[in-house]
Parts: sequence; C-alpha cells; structure tokens
Amino acid sequence: MESEKDVIDRRRIHRRRIWGNILTYLILVIVTLLILFPLFIVIITSFTPERLTEQWPPKIIPQRFTIANYVSLFQRLPVMREIGNAALFAIAVTIFSVFFDACAAYALSHIDFRGRGFLLGLMIATMMIPAMALLIPVYRLLASIGLVNSYWGIIIPRMADVGGIFLMRQFFVSLPRELDEAARIDGCGEFRIFWSIILPNSKSVLLVITMFNLLGNWNDLLWPLIMTSTPEERTITVGLAMLTGHGSSVTPYGVVMAGALISALPLTIVFFFVQKSFVQGIAMTGMKG
Amino acid sequence: MSAQEKDATFNNAELKKNRSVIDRRNTIHALAFLAPALIIITVFIFYPAIKTFINSLTDSTINMAGPFVGFKNYQELFTSADFWTDVRNTVFYAVLYAPLVTIFALCLALLLNRKNIHGVGFFRTVMFLPYIISMTVAAIAWSFLLNPAVGIIPYWANRLFGIKNLDLLGTSSTAMITIVLITVWKNFGYFMVIFLAGLQGIDQSLYEAASLDGANAWQKFWHITLPGLRPTFNYIIIFGLIGSFQVFDQVFILTSGGPDRQTETLVYRIYTEAFGNGRISYASAISYVLLIMTLILGLIQLITDQRREKSELGR
Repeated sequence: MESEKDVIDRRRIHRRRIWGNILTYLILVIVTLLILFPLFIVIITSFTPERLTEQWPPKIIPQRFTIANYVSLFQRLPVMREIGNAALFAIAVTIFSVFFDACAAYALSHIDFRGRGFLLGLMIATMMIPAMALLIPVYRLLASIGLVNSYWGIIIPRMADVGGIFLMRQFFVSLPRELDEAARIDGCGEFRIFWSIILPNSKSVLLVITMFNLLGNWNDLLWPLIMTSTPEERTITVGLAMLTGHGSSVTPYGVVMAGALISALPLTIVFFFVQKSFVQGIAMTGMKG
Repeated sequence: MSAQEKDATFNNAELKKNRSVIDRRNTIHALAFLAPALIIITVFIFYPAIKTFINSLTDSTINMAGPFVGFKNYQELFTSADFWTDVRNTVFYAVLYAPLVTIFALCLALLLNRKNIHGVGFFRTVMFLPYIISMTVAAIAWSFLLNPAVGIIPYWANRLFGIKNLDLLGTSSTAMITIVLITVWKNFGYFMVIFLAGLQGIDQSLYEAASLDGANAWQKFWHITLPGLRPTFNYIIIFGLIGSFQVFDQVFILTSGGPDRQTETLVYRIYTEAFGNGRISYASAISYVLLIMTLILGLIQLITDQRREKSELGR
C-alpha cells in the first residue's frame, strides 16, 4: 500500500518533470526559430523585388514576389561557371585529400617503424600554424611556377590535410591489429590490407572527412580569393563575397541573397542526404583526440 | 658451449636479423604510404613556415625580394599602436567567442540529452544547419538583418525599445561583440553535437548510484556530468581558441576591419598588408607574432593536460 505522502511526492515530481519538459521545448523552439529566421530571410529576400528590400519599415513578407533577382544575378556573375569552379575545386581536393590522408593515417597507425611517434608529433604541431602565416610564400611559390589562377594551383596545396590525417589515425588505431595479421598470413600485401580491410571498416570516419573537405573547400573564402583574380576563375563563395562590396553600404540585397541561396543549396542538399550518419560520425570520431 | 646454447645464440642472431629485415621493410612501406602527404606538408607547410620567418627579416615587397634588415620589421610592429589594437581585438574576440560558444553548445546539448524529449533528431539537424553554409552566406544574412537603413532588427529595436538608429556593426563598442555572436550562431551546432556524444559516453549507473545517495540534479551535474565531459571541454576550448585566432571571413564581409579598426584582427591585417599594400615583410612579421601566440596556446593546453593526467594518476 502506498502512503498518502508517497502519492503526493510522486505527483509533485511528475508535475515538476512536466514543467521541466515544457520549459525545455520552449527553449528549443526559440533557438530553432533563431537559427531558421536568418535562413528564411535569405530565401524570402532573394524573391523580393529590389525596391521592396530597401523600404522602411522593412517587411518580413513582401507584397509581391519576383525572380528578377535571379535574372540579374546571372547577368552580373558567371554563376554556372563559378559553381563549376567551386565543384571542381572542392571535389578534386576531397578525392585526393581523403585518399592521401587515409594512406598517411594507415602508416601512422598500423605499421611499426622508427620515428613514428616523432612524425606524428610533428604533424600535430603543424596544426597550430595559422594558414595565413603560410599564405605569402605559398602564393609566391605557385606564382613562380605559373600556377596562380589555375585549377591545379588551388588544388595541389590542399591535397593532404594534417587534421584529416590525425582524425583518421585516431579511428584506425581502434581497429584491431589481428585483422591485419590474419590477412598478412594469407599473403596480403600492405596495400591490400589498407584497401580491403581498413578502409571498408572505416566508413563513418571516411564520410566525416569527405564532408569536412567538401564543406571546407566549397565554403572557403580566403584561399580561392587570393589565388584567383578574374570572375571566370572564382569559386561561387568568392564571387558572392565580391558581390557584397564587402562592408560598403551599396549592397544589392535581393541579388546577393539569390547568390547566397544558390551557393548554399548544393551542399545543403548533400547534407540532408547524409545528415544522420554524418552527425553520428562526428560524434563518434570528432572527439577521440 | 653445449649444443643447446649454440642453438639459442643462433636463434637469437636469426631473430635479430629477421627483426631488422622486418624493420627495414616496415620503414619502406610506411614511407610509401606517407610520401604523398609528406611531400605536400613539406612543400606547403614546413617550407613556407620557414620562408615566412626569413621574409620577416627582410625588406621585401610583393614584387621584389629586398635586403636583410634583421628585426627591424618587428621593431616597427611593436612600436605601432595599430598593431596592438589588432592584438587586442584578436584576443578580445577569442576570449569572448570560445567560452560563449562552449556554454551555449553545452546548454543545448544538456537540454537535448534530457529523457522524454521528442524530436531530438530534428532539433539537432536544424541547429547543425548554420554550420553547413559558408560564413559568407551567414554574414550576408546577418548584415541585411542588422543594416540600419533596411534591417528588421534596428526597426524592431526602435519599435519595441525606442532605440533609434541601432547600428550594431557600425558602432565601435558593439561591432566586435556582434561578429562574435554571429559566429556563435553559425558554429555552436557543431560543438553541441560533440557535447552530446560526450554526454552519451558518461556511465549512466553513476547517476543511478547518486540518486540512491540522495543527490539532487545540481549535485549530479557538478560531480558527474562536468567531470565526465572534461576531455570534451579540453578539445572544444582549445579548438575554439585556435580557430578564433584565424578569424577572417566575417570581418572581410561585415566590416572590413572598421569602424575605426575596432574589428581588425591580426589575420585581416596580414591580408591587407600583404595583398593590399604589398608589404610582404611586414605582413610576415605579423604572421610570426600570430604563429607564436597560437603555439603558446597549444603549449598551455599540452601542459595543463599533462598536469591533470599526473594529478589523476596520483589520486
């Protein structure tokens, strides 16, 4: 038999939990709105006639919609060309970098050789070097061999990434060495072990690194900004930044928002396809450092 | 020597020989796997890191290598008020951004980690969304919302609170804080996901044991959750700080360093000196100051990490 006091206690706890849940949902909804509102404004403004984006008081939902901003955007910028540039840059870097990072990470986790610890330490130390501190000599080096304003010029320096190597190594270390030994006894070479045992067992970390590479390069501003000089060679992110007249007050917001939406769309679509395994992958791999 | 001993020495020698053969084979294999990455890292990280230092000791412009001038560039730097403004701005940004993004991400992770909350996947995806878009797009969106002439935020600030002509990005005292908040908006979802993973890694039986001992929610948080998240904190704070030292996109799009240099960070200054004014050596000197600031951070992290490990072993 429950005493009266127990029942009251339980009710009180129950009521407190309900209020806690209501409060939790309230905060989550407010934050969700805070996150979505600016993105929503980008979409709406991109379909708002230019004149209406400049009116006071500003309206969230305009009186009428138009696609004139998109037409104007395609006249002002070689949009398709810049999207193509960004795609080529991001995809090429990703393919090379994921493969080379994985190779390096395999050596640093599954092969015993003298100086492994030292090499790993050295690599981790380079993660502390700000990219900006390296940019001038890299720019001049590439200029001296005629690679500024070329696809290879922006791709080659990014073909390996210490952060990616480190993340993958942390994951590879957790794969049991018995697997390699068994394969070695069966007469597998190192590359076979790497390619048909290690990589197929590392899909989650490979997805994470692939996405980070795609995002980091597609969204990058500074590097392609410095390495390209004409609109035809720019990536979409740089083209978009140039369109804002960065910091000046004459920004044509309707057109800029159209550009923003177009530039954000491809990877957002990719993200929605992989989001579950991507986010879980970050949770699994991002923290082992 | 008996036959048995002979056998043993022979085996030892054989083993040693075998081991050195394996060692050599391993080294060759390792080098083959490492070669592409090592070449890229050497040419595009090690070489430029040294070259930047050499450049900082010369008097070069973007077109022309100049003569060796020793530490003259550093001297000029340390006696320039603008440089110290840049340092102050960079540090200010970092010490504001790292704790803010950490606390915000942790709070939301704690909320999403509560029992009986539905739609965790939905909220997690939405909050991760700003991390997917470029800083350029995020900055454009916010610059529109904050624009004093056409923006919704200044309009509502006036309607609701009677604040006239609110110009958060154009006012010295609020510009940097606004940039920090926009960056928190963009990045907290990533850190939240990492905190969620950290929270799920904490042994649930600890909470049950604490409940039996009559611990309240706050005590559980303080004595179980926080210590359990320590490695996560370590990672987030250090990457938050190091990332803060590299802020460029937001400043480039939103303020160009203004108003009155109040949002000019070291990286933005390096960019304008090198690629705007062509002062390669001066920009290289600033780069090295930034590099050393970052290395000091890394070192502090390493030392506190080791000290903590030691004190935990001693316990």
